[in-house]
Amino acid sequence: MDDLPDKKAKKRKSKQSSSQSGFSRRDFLKITGATAAAPLVAGAAVIAAAPAETAIQGPGKVPIALNVNGKRYNAELEPRVTLLDALRDQFELTGAKRVCDRGTCGACTVLLEGKAVYSCSVLAIDAQLKPITTVEGLGQPGKLHPVQQAFVDNDAQQCGFCTPGFVVACKAFLDQHPNPTPEQINHGLSGNFCRCGTYAGIRLAVMQAAKAGKGA
Amino acid sequence: MADDISKYTWPAAEKRSLIGTRISRVDGPDKVSGRAKYTYDLHQPGMLYGKVLRSPHAHAKVVSVDTSVAEKMPGVKAVHVIQAPGTEIQWAGDDIVVVAAVDEQTAGDALRAIKVEYQPLPHFVDDFSEPKNVPEGSGPLEQRDIGGMLQNQVPDAQIIQAIQQRGITFKVTDEMIGRMRENKISEDVIKALQAAPQKEPEPAKSPFRKESETIKGEPDDAFKQSDVVSEGVYGCPVITHCCLESHGSMSEWTDDDHLFARVSTQNVSGLAGQFAQALKIPAGNVHVHQDHVGGGFGSKFGADRWGIYTAQVSKKAGGKPVRYMLERDAELEVAGCRPSAFARVKVGAKKDGTLLAWESHSWGTGGPGGGGAPPMPYVVNIPNQRKQHVAIATNIGPARAWRAPNHPQGCLITMGAIDDLAAKLNMDTLDLVLKNIQLTAPPNDEFHRADTYREELLMAADLIGWKKKWHARGQGGPGPVKQGLGLAIHTWGGRGHDSNCQLTIHPDGSVDIKMGSQDLGTGTRTCIMIVAADSLGLPLDQIQLNIGDNQYPADGGSGGSTTIGGVSSSTRRAAVDALSALFEKVAPALNAQPGDLEAVKGTIRVKSNPSRSLSWKDACAKLGTQPVQAVGKNPGPGNLISSGVGGAIMADVSVDTETGVVKMNKMVCVQDCGLIINMKTAESQCYGAMIMGIATTLYEEKVMDPTTGKMLNPNMDFYRLAGIGDIPELVVHMMTGKGYEERGPIGLGEPPTVGPAAAISNAVANAIGVRVPFLPITPDRVVAALNQGGSHASI
Repeated sequence: MDDLPDKKAKKRKSKQSSSQSGFSRRDFLKITGATAAAPLVAGAAVIAAAPAETAIQGPGKVPIALNVNGKRYNAELEPRVTLLDALRDQFELTGAKRVCDRGTCGACTVLLEGKAVYSCSVLAIDAQLKPITTVEGLGQPGKLHPVQQAFVDNDAQQCGFCTPGFVVACKAFLDQHPNPTPEQINHGLSGNFCRCGTYAGIRLAVMQAAKAGKGA
Repeated sequence: MADDISKYTWPAAEKRSLIGTRISRVDGPDKVSGRAKYTYDLHQPGMLYGKVLRSPHAHAKVVSVDTSVAEKMPGVKAVHVIQAPGTEIQWAGDDIVVVAAVDEQTAGDALRAIKVEYQPLPHFVDDFSEPKNVPEGSGPLEQRDIGGMLQNQVPDAQIIQAIQQRGITFKVTDEMIGRMRENKISEDVIKALQAAPQKEPEPAKSPFRKESETIKGEPDDAFKQSDVVSEGVYGCPVITHCCLESHGSMSEWTDDDHLFARVSTQNVSGLAGQFAQALKIPAGNVHVHQDHVGGGFGSKFGADRWGIYTAQVSKKAGGKPVRYMLERDAELEVAGCRPSAFARVKVGAKKDGTLLAWESHSWGTGGPGGGGAPPMPYVVNIPNQRKQHVAIATNIGPARAWRAPNHPQGCLITMGAIDDLAAKLNMDTLDLVLKNIQLTAPPNDEFHRADTYREELLMAADLIGWKKKWHARGQGGPGPVKQGLGLAIHTWGGRGHDSNCQLTIHPDGSVDIKMGSQDLGTGTRTCIMIVAADSLGLPLDQIQLNIGDNQYPADGGSGGSTTIGGVSSSTRRAAVDALSALFEKVAPALNAQPGDLEAVKGTIRVKSNPSRSLSWKDACAKLGTQPVQAVGKNPGPGNLISSGVGGAIMADVSVDTETGVVKMNKMVCVQDCGLIINMKTAESQCYGAMIMGIATTLYEEKVMDPTTGKMLNPNMDFYRLAGIGDIPELVVHMMTGKGYEERGPIGLGEPPTVGPAAAISNAVANAIGVRVPFLPITPDRVVAALNQGGSHASI
């Protein structure tokens, strides 16, 4: 079970915490019934709040503050806006790409509290004040992160549209598996798709970055 | 300065500083850091978001469109009806109305307020079933009928007879005749066309169009002389391009009649005319720009309907920039698919494996247009042939070029049939192909193609351990998991396209290049810079490259593997000319003749006495205030490129006969492509081709619902690409050295994508003892093939 991708591990955890909060499915329905406009995919934290304290958010624009790459970003957004769209359309952070827009392809992967998540499947309003790292925050030309450098060195990219998501996913994977086996790489990076076919280079890049990580 | 064409050559191996080495792509750091901007990433103040209402019907007439509510919604800036009432829709997902609004959510809300009434018409999306008893066409011939006959090399007498008996539906223009003459079409056919009675086209009575039978040699006799005849059915479904960056553009009117279009495209220089025609402005008023493109694979050559209406809706919104990128479902439904191809094949051979006869009855669809037959028999030109193709017009969606158009289909069918024949002869497929290798030689075999295939097959066999691992079909081991080997060979042209490279050497020593080309992720940027730097004796980072804009010298679209030959040779010519001009200015300072100089390692020096030299910077300072500039062209003087490459693919698979799951063990690609400019990105093309091949063979299919006529899997959950865990050990070997390098650079994007499907399909047959006739080779199809015991009778 150790090899499960971090995203799945995260989902499992949040399920646990919501059941631990003592709220039944019925209570949840009541809350959302009372605040019909509340986001349907509210995270554990919102559910954990007592019904009386649940603020009605939206459907119009509400102030949203995000902590991205160590910098605070503010915007007025509808609660239905995803983290991905907020990053891309409001803050010019277009490294995370919109490809499948439904949590399949991994091109929008960012780190949320250090864990890889599909930013197309997280609402911006739910990501507030949690530390977010995008590919831009890992490193920039001239000062690339070892994972980014390894992608360049091993030509682990062609058109490059899946690349930022893959780079972030690799970073999160290596944080969990500093000495990965080929099997762990196959499993741990199975949440990202590439169309040009750069997986051979990505395998080499992960191994190179793992080696570089040992010295650091 | 007189052009001495002998100076336009590639540097000899020992003189190359960068060409042929392994260089990391120059735009790599931008791509890994999110700094590379794609059309999808463009954003600017005041930009509006486009959203499109699409047809829920696969075939329907638009009866009415009511946009009145949407137009009044706050945040909606413009609404434009793309297909007005009366228009006939040919596929589900076709574009009906576009809305431009302040944000995407608002645009989406507006779409829901638009009312469109349709009159549904009968649709047809079945291309799997073999068309039976399709009558020969008898109505007047359309232009594409003639084109099909010419392409299929139907004998002239037969074409002329058909023209005289059936008449034609089109006017024969002078331009058409000119093109036919250019293509060396016989004067008798042209005369028959000019004399033909012009008739009204007959409405299609059925979706099936039978093409004329093609006969070569004496197929009937050849089958009689054959000791063994193998019969089978083979084929692959419609698949999509699934570019990760969907199609789309951002359009902005900089004034009343000037358009700035930023398009996700493979064809930067070729779009202005398409926009201009549709928008009725001069082509010179259309500025096209693109920095990076997130995949094209043959589907991004046009301005496209969405490019045009993005401009139209921008105009309605006062010229403000409007960006519209296709949603994922639209991308898979309407932005292009690869035609399907299926065939019932008979192959006859002597006992010793000598191939004698081929017969194929093929069918397939490329959408409403029907489509044509893939090249068969592929590469192995069996001397006696009978071929017939039925094109099926369907509402599956529009076809577009997909890496190596028609070749993967022809290869799968041909190599599958040959592999089945080898099994029937109880021969090793490799031995059978080698025995017939002379059949792969083209008529004018100046590059010894057959010998090259032999060399490539033996090299691939060595790399995969063919002789050690080979077993007779169905002898793939005692347990439920069976191992097997398969092979295929493939070809492609890949001659460089028209290209113009403007290269400037400045007095401060900097060098810049401007070209209207594009880098699809194939490494074009890096290759242009390698050629320029190598030619000028400079390090790579001293070249500044500007591409991706139609205000730079025009360059061909990146399709058909034509870019590397085009841009490399125009860049080489530009660099040689600019350097000659620099030598003229520098020679007096070195007390030498311009012809005695060379540019090596950042210096200009006298060939016979290298100690007499100037640093590049000092040499350029001799230019005074004026830079030297040269425009290199392709085609141009000197013989820098050629055409025609080949390669071999071998696959090692394991198949679980209980679950039907195919697991790739190893795959090998041996490929030639002339002179390799950058070994690193060349190898990446081959790795990518094998990986894409694994996906198309095992997973990809545009699944159509016969009831609704809609695509059932327009998403990336069920339109499945290969993941990293699906990929086995991959080995690439590029053929280099004498015999290859003197041919100059030849395109590589298409060829290695051709063979993988056939090689994997053959490996599965070798493992489990029966042919899984159709791709994708999914577990259910493997189990079904096993249950049928390999009978091709029912499909």
